[in-house]
Amino acid sequence: MLANLINGISLGSVYAIIALGYTMVYGIAKMLNFAHGDVIMVGGYVAFCSITYLGWPPVLAVLASVVVCTMLGILIEGLAYKPLRNATSLAVLITAIGVSYFLQNAALLIWTSNTKVFPNIFANLPSLKLGGTQVAPVTLITVFANIVIMIVLTLFTTKTKMGKAMRAVSEDKGAATLMGINVNRTISVTFAIGSGLAAIAGVLLCTAYPTLMPTTGAMPGIKAFTAAVFGGIGSIPGAMLGGILLGVIEIFGKAYISTQLSDAIVFAVLIIVLLVKPTGLLGHKVNEKV
Amino acid sequence: MAEILKVEDLHVSYGNIRAVKGISFEVHEGEIVTLIGANGAGKSTTLNTIGGLLKPRSGRISFEGKDLHGLSAHKVVAEGMALCPEGRRVFQQMTVLENLEMGAYTRSKAEADETLERVYGLFPRLKERYRQVAGTLSGGEQQMLAMGRALMSRPRLMMLDEPSMGLAPILVQQIFDIIVDMNRQGTTILLVEQNAQMALSVANRAYVLETGKINLSMQGDAEDLLRSEAVRKAYLGG
Repeated sequence: MLANLINGISLGSVYAIIALGYTMVYGIAKMLNFAHGDVIMVGGYVAFCSITYLGWPPVLAVLASVVVCTMLGILIEGLAYKPLRNATSLAVLITAIGVSYFLQNAALLIWTSNTKVFPNIFANLPSLKLGGTQVAPVTLITVFANIVIMIVLTLFTTKTKMGKAMRAVSEDKGAATLMGINVNRTISVTFAIGSGLAAIAGVLLCTAYPTLMPTTGAMPGIKAFTAAVFGGIGSIPGAMLGGILLGVIEIFGKAYISTQLSDAIVFAVLIIVLLVKPTGLLGHKVNEKV
Repeated sequence: MAEILKVEDLHVSYGNIRAVKGISFEVHEGEIVTLIGANGAGKSTTLNTIGGLLKPRSGRISFEGKDLHGLSAHKVVAEGMALCPEGRRVFQQMTVLENLEMGAYTRSKAEADETLERVYGLFPRLKERYRQVAGTLSGGEQQMLAMGRALMSRPRLMMLDEPSMGLAPILVQQIFDIIVDMNRQGTTILLVEQNAQMALSVANRAYVLETGKINLSMQGDAEDLLRSEAVRKAYLGG
């Protein structure tokens, strides 16, 4: 029971970090970046290559992964989404799906379809005993990283000029422009932050579930998107809550009901929540401007 | 007096619809100039184009002698021109203080702090409510916030789009008193209003817009227009 709860929170924390990227991009650019999950996969591969082929220490590998993904995020936004700023949301959505396939197939070309085994980068760290249950170091670090990221993001959006400008852009792009805020640059920064978070999520995910394939990011990406909607898309604490709840529900579903049905259970819960509260758990209704 | 804003033969279209069809006017330093006219005459379109939100099809806009052509909207603010948009458009989920901080986005922290005192002086209500979320303010307070926010960028020219819209008469009077105060403190004002009576009573000069064109027989001194038979008939309800 306790072990399952811990596993659930650990998995949920990874979903939460991915969901934060989804929710920030949605909140500010009002688009669903379906390629977000694949950025996670790229992050995983970059860390894998840095450790296995280049022999870099894990800390450096994580850093490399964050740098590459951040730049990838800016690149994707600039090349694929920026030209569509005034296009319909359907066009942007289809483009995002296209970017997702592009990244998966590019990874297939570079790293082939052979599964890579991700090294356990926290192998040297001690595990924690909690009420007779062993808590793996990756679990501790994932939960800790999750909390730190949430605090830093909250401080960033409430205390810094750039963070406040992001909230202003998220509410009203036209009014933000009138303040002298460069909306395009703000959106680029958002993508950069979201993709950097995806890299961290990628490394944590691959350490906990050490199989790496070009499609590794796809399912966690969709789950994290679900988590973001679950918690209320656009809301930072919502992404957090949604992610952790989703992870716990998934693990409990696997442990007590059925391994095969666990994903179905997760999505069933989402459907029920959206039927009862369409804005998600912590989402608030945004009033249309007159 | 020196020209602060000069608009020459401005044309603006939305797709195939021509909203502004070749208007020219100027604003001198220290003036309050108003553009009045009926709904759909092109008043807001004109302001939004000067503010850089819309791209003109042709024509020239110069601010303090500098051509604004091709300047992105977010850079126009830094030049010293602010637009207080129609419908206020304050950031509903941010606090009063955060809204004001956004207004000073292009300015340094020291400049922002200094301007904040001035804005609080003009709008004591905003000081009382600085921690309140803007969406919970009344309509009049939101209009004050929108004006205060625009002032935070320390504009030399302030453009106001329908500041009296949807406000009770007593508040309209208050808002116009503040506009006059802002002007006395040295900000040149370009005012767009449907409330022609009110606008003409505070303005130095006025232009009347009719379906995208300036009515050349109705322009000039605001007091004369207020007394003019044609303007009274068309815009002041007889």
